[in-house]
Amino acid sequence: MAVAALEQEILSLRKRRQLYSLIGLLLVVAVLVSGYSKSNEMNSGGFLQGLSKFFDYPGEIVLEAWNAGPAFFGLIIQYVPAMLETLNIAGVATLIGGAMALVLAMASTRNVDSWGPLIPVVRRMMDIMRAFPELIVALFLIFVLGSSPVPAMIAVAFHTAGALGKLFSEVNENIDRKPIEGLSACGASWLQRIRYAVLPQVAPNYLSYFLLRLEINVRASAILGFVGAGGIGQELRRTIGWGQGAGDETAAIFVLLFLTIMLIDQVSSYLRGKLVGSGRAH
Amino acid sequence: MSIDTLEPVITPDLVWTKVRNRTLFTMLVPLVILGYLIYTWFAFDVAGLLSKAQPDRAAILATDSVAYKVHVTKNIRRDQLEVAIEGERRAAYDDTNYPDWVQVDGSNSVVDLGEGYLVEIVDKTMNFTVPGYGVITATATNSGVDITVPPGDQPDWLKTNPKKLDARPTLDRRVQVTRTKIEVHNFFGGWENFWFSFNSDLYGMSFSQLYALALSADRLDPEYSNLWHIVHEFLDNPDWQHGEIFLALLETIMMAVLGTITAAAFGLPLAFLAARNFTPSMFMRFGTRRLFDFLRGIDMLIWSLIFIRAFGLGPLTGALAIAFTDTGSLGKLFSEALENIDNKQVEGVRATGANQLQRYRFGVIPQILPVFLSQVLYYLESNTRSATVIGALGAGGIGLMLVETMKTSRDWENTSYIIILTILVVIAMDQTSSWLRRKLIEGK
Repeated sequence: MAVAALEQEILSLRKRRQLYSLIGLLLVVAVLVSGYSKSNEMNSGGFLQGLSKFFDYPGEIVLEAWNAGPAFFGLIIQYVPAMLETLNIAGVATLIGGAMALVLAMASTRNVDSWGPLIPVVRRMMDIMRAFPELIVALFLIFVLGSSPVPAMIAVAFHTAGALGKLFSEVNENIDRKPIEGLSACGASWLQRIRYAVLPQVAPNYLSYFLLRLEINVRASAILGFVGAGGIGQELRRTIGWGQGAGDETAAIFVLLFLTIMLIDQVSSYLRGKLVGSGRAH
Repeated sequence: MSIDTLEPVITPDLVWTKVRNRTLFTMLVPLVILGYLIYTWFAFDVAGLLSKAQPDRAAILATDSVAYKVHVTKNIRRDQLEVAIEGERRAAYDDTNYPDWVQVDGSNSVVDLGEGYLVEIVDKTMNFTVPGYGVITATATNSGVDITVPPGDQPDWLKTNPKKLDARPTLDRRVQVTRTKIEVHNFFGGWENFWFSFNSDLYGMSFSQLYALALSADRLDPEYSNLWHIVHEFLDNPDWQHGEIFLALLETIMMAVLGTITAAAFGLPLAFLAARNFTPSMFMRFGTRRLFDFLRGIDMLIWSLIFIRAFGLGPLTGALAIAFTDTGSLGKLFSEALENIDNKQVEGVRATGANQLQRYRFGVIPQILPVFLSQVLYYLESNTRSATVIGALGAGGIGLMLVETMKTSRDWENTSYIIILTILVVIAMDQTSSWLRRKLIEGK
């Protein structure tokens, strides 16, 4: 009798669960359908009219690139310095942001004996740093400092510090406390404990996240260039502004950007696989 | 005694070589980083940039974003005085109802800027009393401006030339005289006309007054109810454009939500095609993985430029750009998760006689659902930020609005308003997604 009641209850629980899943799914579908129809209305060009034009632009620039012939490769080489500038923005921003994130993470995890009252403050600070879209900081600094790669660098570094800081402190939470306790038993200071007990444990994960962030930051720097921060984005904006006839140059930049991003992706996912084992490399 | 050849023999030499290598490594890495930073210092021309930087623009921006100014303008040709908020004609005070710091007597007027700063306008002459400095006199003539300043060195805040006088003794007081007009700026803290525009019938009402009005039956506007009228007046405020800004924010959120859901919906089935344990055909797997790489590699920047060409400005463009890029990213992540699942569950389901579809549904999906949901929510969060950037490239939404208000660089308080709202929305999305993650995955 009791078994039957239990079964009854399990059945009703399952029914309710299925109902919730169904409601959730319907909600997602409803958002999707209504969202797309609404956004189709709000768009200045509709989906159906645009669909026929979708391949026009890529087709146009591919054709112009084709017509340029071997000179196309010369164009790609020509934009390498600009690409390098974008890479530098990302590189410096990730280094500086990563260094800041390290400090923030060490100051915001109970597991590594951060100073208690500071923990919530630093956490909120990281939340705010993460929430600032790079675009806003970059535009503001471009206004003050003028058009240059530095505003983009600072903007990306600011966001990186918050984003990496959160990931780093999550890593800190999962470390083994035994080495820390061992070191404090011999009278090590906080910095010594961090250096000899925490850092060796977290270094592979930190490096892995660092590389992942570098990958993201290269993309972000390219985009920020488009709003006036220099690098490949700015060149892209210029060639697109020329309109018809500059399709081969635009195509050259697209190809260069694509190749660089692919290269960095592959290298970083290979390195991350080595650092933390392929299963966890994401 | 035999030596176990599998265990390497540790000699002092070996240890020292390791220690030396390690030392070299620890020394070299910071040096390389330092070298790189020095190289970029010159590559970015930071020194040149700092010399050209305009910190005063930051000060102006900071002042303007928390303060507003009231212009008192004397038009010399027309011999007319106008007092207006931000110098805008539609926010001009009526000449019977000037603020009490402006005293008018015929064609003469006195503007009291507080703390002893006093501006007297007599016909075409302006006398500006600056405490601790003296009286600056400027007269507009047909050819320019006649200026008399107190003897001694001229301070930095005072700029004079035969055509123009510009005095700004403090950040919140400024006087300009040219051939055609005398203009006094008085700065006040706060955001002016934030709730209702200057010539709205609701201007200057307190919250309790509005509350009473909303409940009263006498309609201000016979067409609408009072509450609706208040909401309307608020959203249509021409200075702050609340309605348009809210719409732009909605567009940005739509881009992020639609883009992420679409990417997840396409990424999941494709991920099965890219996972080793679900697709035996190497050709198929290779093709799907290259498709993911291609979608990710093209990057949001290029996708949005292509979509802007095809579909014009709007949320659809942004949503599709996000969807294309993230189908690649999410597909790759899902396929990795699929390759790492535990096969025992699938075999268990198979043992009950389940067919292919049932095996997926009951053996595979429950295992990857937590990864799937948490990654989708992470992407939703980061896409809210991406959507603002895509907007700035020309897809519309709050990003474009921000760039446009910054370009006009006139009303910085509008810009800071947009920035604050954007950050609030991003934080809200962030909180919602982590709340959902906790609810759905950890079941708390």
